[in-house]
Amino acid sequence: MDGLAMGGYGAYVWSCFALAFVIVVFSDWRSRLRHKRVYRDIEVRLKALEDRE
Amino acid sequence: MWKWFHQLASPPHFYRISAILSPWLLVPGLILIGYGAYTGLFVAPMDYQQGDAFRIIYVHVPSAYLSIMAYMIMATAGAIGLIWRMKLAHAVAAAAAPLGAAFTFLALCTGSIWGRPMWGTWWEWGDPRLTSELILLFLYFGYMALRSAIDDTTKADKASAVLALVGIVNVVIVHFSVEWWSSLHQGQTVFKKGTMSADMRIPLFAMLIGFTLLFGSMLLRRVRTEVLYRERRTRWVKEMILSPEGGA
Repeated sequence: MDGLAMGGYGAYVWSCFALAFVIVVFSDWRSRLRHKRVYRDIEVRLKALEDRE
Repeated sequence: MWKWFHQLASPPHFYRISAILSPWLLVPGLILIGYGAYTGLFVAPMDYQQGDAFRIIYVHVPSAYLSIMAYMIMATAGAIGLIWRMKLAHAVAAAAAPLGAAFTFLALCTGSIWGRPMWGTWWEWGDPRLTSELILLFLYFGYMALRSAIDDTTKADKASAVLALVGIVNVVIVHFSVEWWSSLHQGQTVFKKGTMSADMRIPLFAMLIGFTLLFGSMLLRRVRTEVLYRERRTRWVKEMILSPEGGA
């Protein structure tokens, strides 16, 4: 518990690490999602074009 | 060297290489961050003045450093795109902006959280380092807003590259503000001899390298998406997506 309390600064220290984790994970998730979306949009468009031909 | 550089700048080649390279940056990056976070939080000794609050530097310093590095990448890529009209360079600049904004936001928040117990305030408007870092965040927002406001990609690339180059002035101010003006923010300590013990410094270097590798991996993935979007009407994208193996 002493390790978590950080000499009374626990709330400050842990909130910084938690925020870093959230920002990195969110940023990574957004970039993966955008990649999937872009890829799927192109795939749908190309398949529609191919079907028309 | 130039041949390799030109080959890498070719969108299909970059798309293939970046898929291979990204995990090779991500995995060591995460290992170093895990090591740095553990040793920084539980092994490094307490600071004699700041107590355990000093451990915030293990996320604050890497994020502040990346906020500047991302801007330099964005501006340099913009300049390369303007001068040599390299398509990939503009894609790099566009992909670096949201990451730079995220790390600048993180640097501002962690700095503010650290400032509360150390300076007795969350924010000090008169401080040049804090204010110039906030302006850096606004520059990122301005850059992204400008890009999304212009429909024509070529025009958006040019206008945003000019904005990024003008904004370099602020990056210089962020870096030297603690030397030029009196600031609440402490001066450079990380690379100065005798300011930190090895027990404190090693986890910080692990975090700095780990965050840089993580940033590199995330940037590569974002550039990949940007390249795919920009090249969506080209033959190589058509062939890759319609091939039986795909190319996600």
